[in-house]
Amino acid sequence: MRKMLIIYLSFIFFSGPTFSAGSMDLDEYLEGMNVKTSDVRSLQRGAKNFFNNCSGCHTLQYMRYNQIAEDLGITEDQLMQNLIFTESSPQDLVMNNMLSEDGNRWFGKAPPDLTLVTRRKSPEYVYGFLNSFYEDNGSPTGVNNHVQEASSMPHVLWDIEERFSDQEYSQFLNDTVGFLVYAGEPIIEKRKSMGVWVIGFLLIFLILSYALYKDIWREVK
Amino acid sequence: MAKNTETIFKNPLLRWIDERFPLSALIKDHATEYYASKNFNIWYLFGVLSMVVLVIMFLTGFFLTMNYKPSAEDAFNSVEYIMRSVENGWLIRYMHSTGASFFFIVIYLHMFRAMLYGSYKKPRELIWVLGMLLYFCLMAEAFFGYLLPWGNMSYWAGQVIVNLFGYIPFIGESLTEWIRGDYFISDITLNRFFAFHVIFLPLAILGLVAAHILALHHVGSNNPDGVEIKKHLDEAGKPVDGVAFHPFHTSKDLVGITVFLIIYFAAVFFAPEMGGYFLEVDNFEPADPLKTPEHIVPSWYFTPYYAILRAVPDAALGALFLVLAVLLFVFLPWLDKCEVKSIRYRGWQYKFALTLFAISFIALGYLGLQPATGIYVALARFFTITYFAFFLLMPFYTKLEKTKTVPERVVYKNKES
Repeated sequence: MRKMLIIYLSFIFFSGPTFSAGSMDLDEYLEGMNVKTSDVRSLQRGAKNFFNNCSGCHTLQYMRYNQIAEDLGITEDQLMQNLIFTESSPQDLVMNNMLSEDGNRWFGKAPPDLTLVTRRKSPEYVYGFLNSFYEDNGSPTGVNNHVQEASSMPHVLWDIEERFSDQEYSQFLNDTVGFLVYAGEPIIEKRKSMGVWVIGFLLIFLILSYALYKDIWREVK
Repeated sequence: MAKNTETIFKNPLLRWIDERFPLSALIKDHATEYYASKNFNIWYLFGVLSMVVLVIMFLTGFFLTMNYKPSAEDAFNSVEYIMRSVENGWLIRYMHSTGASFFFIVIYLHMFRAMLYGSYKKPRELIWVLGMLLYFCLMAEAFFGYLLPWGNMSYWAGQVIVNLFGYIPFIGESLTEWIRGDYFISDITLNRFFAFHVIFLPLAILGLVAAHILALHHVGSNNPDGVEIKKHLDEAGKPVDGVAFHPFHTSKDLVGITVFLIIYFAAVFFAPEMGGYFLEVDNFEPADPLKTPEHIVPSWYFTPYYAILRAVPDAALGALFLVLAVLLFVFLPWLDKCEVKSIRYRGWQYKFALTLFAISFIALGYLGLQPATGIYVALARFFTITYFAFFLLMPFYTKLEKTKTVPERVVYKNKES
């Protein structure tokens, strides 16, 4: 029984990411990865990175602007000025103006929605993907990717990667991936903090129920 | 169980009810004067735990239905809507998705308890059969429910399982069409699966649970010694080795339920995906009929049978073996020829067979999650054989058992006295 419990607990606390499809040695490209969804400032920077660099092509179709604002402590003014570049209102879903037919025509494959990308692929995958572009003259975009071979995405972050030091670029990726993890599961931090209270309550209740049981069973011979 | 109609209430309203409805009699028959052995161990928890999970599933399912939309167009979006915009929707949804897996965990352990202590033997054969019907309903309930999020794995795993019916000779093709209501899994299929999931099967499960418990309370619970406690009664006609279900077993169960809830909520709050076993990664993208997932795998609780299906070289024969693997459980009371109930007093043959069976079941479950290649197939074939041998050879090896003497009374010692 104790062994079972240890196996179970190791599942809960160490259940690593489940890698999928086409990634070879992802570990090589994870240097500097340290995603913290509990760090609101990092999430705010990540949101800024996303809307400045990704949202032209990628949507967050299950996410509303004002939910991001509320969760990340961004005022409506800041939201309108810094994050909403389309004609959307704060209560709208995060869409963009690219038609998927155009996307298919321009890139061979329309840029995918990113709301659930970290849950579908893992945060490691996204970090590794953005960290492993290399020059390849044989490719239509001029670049290729170690994590996702023959990806149709151009290296839109090339000038950032060029200008930033390694450490700054890692920070940039950690913020952005953190924001995407948040977008995949907006309640991720609330879930964990509520969990501590629930388990705590149950532990106290366990003591009481055990005392009750012992008391009632005293007379059983 | 003598009908005891005397009221237990002093309150006038309850007395008024008692004269018109058998409230006192029900409470006495099923709680305060239902006697069960005092030496129940941890294995005897899983029955009540499956009731706890059932209640969780009913309540969370009820609230999910308020915001879920059973259409191919909206289903996936509505689940994300529940996860994001519905007040505490994420909690309700995680409790439901985690509850599905925990339902099977407690049911498998509950079934194993019956096999350890011979709870399916005379006079409890019908309880076992009703329990197996419940298990089949639960599998159907889980299967129908699994399609509802309309994720890509939902879609393709549903496709694979519905196609199994295609192996039935002559009527197979038209039967699969009839089940789907279409030539492929579509909006129509989703709608009817929803109807099964929220109306028909929950009702069937409720009715069967009532029958399962009524039958149990009619013949009385078994115990780890496999001794009939009704053989030794005191002057008042109560079994000397039994204690009343309430407050004795209820207070003991409460401790077990609390421990269970701690484990369950640890999963809900800290690992709702459980590394891809409770929520599959492929289900984080909407169903796409043009995009087959790399490895189509059913939920972990079906993988032992899935491994058997793939272990058989011929697909139609594999489907037949799969059905047999599930159905054979029903016949346990008649396959087991040993008079002794509890494994404590049985011969080495059954102990060995049951151990091998448990290993086979877990191994097949693991193999069902792996790709069907090379060594995995060979192992799956080996464990398929041991799985079936457990049932089919049972009439023979259980006759050979040299059993120990079963004690007259149950073995119990209050550690504090």
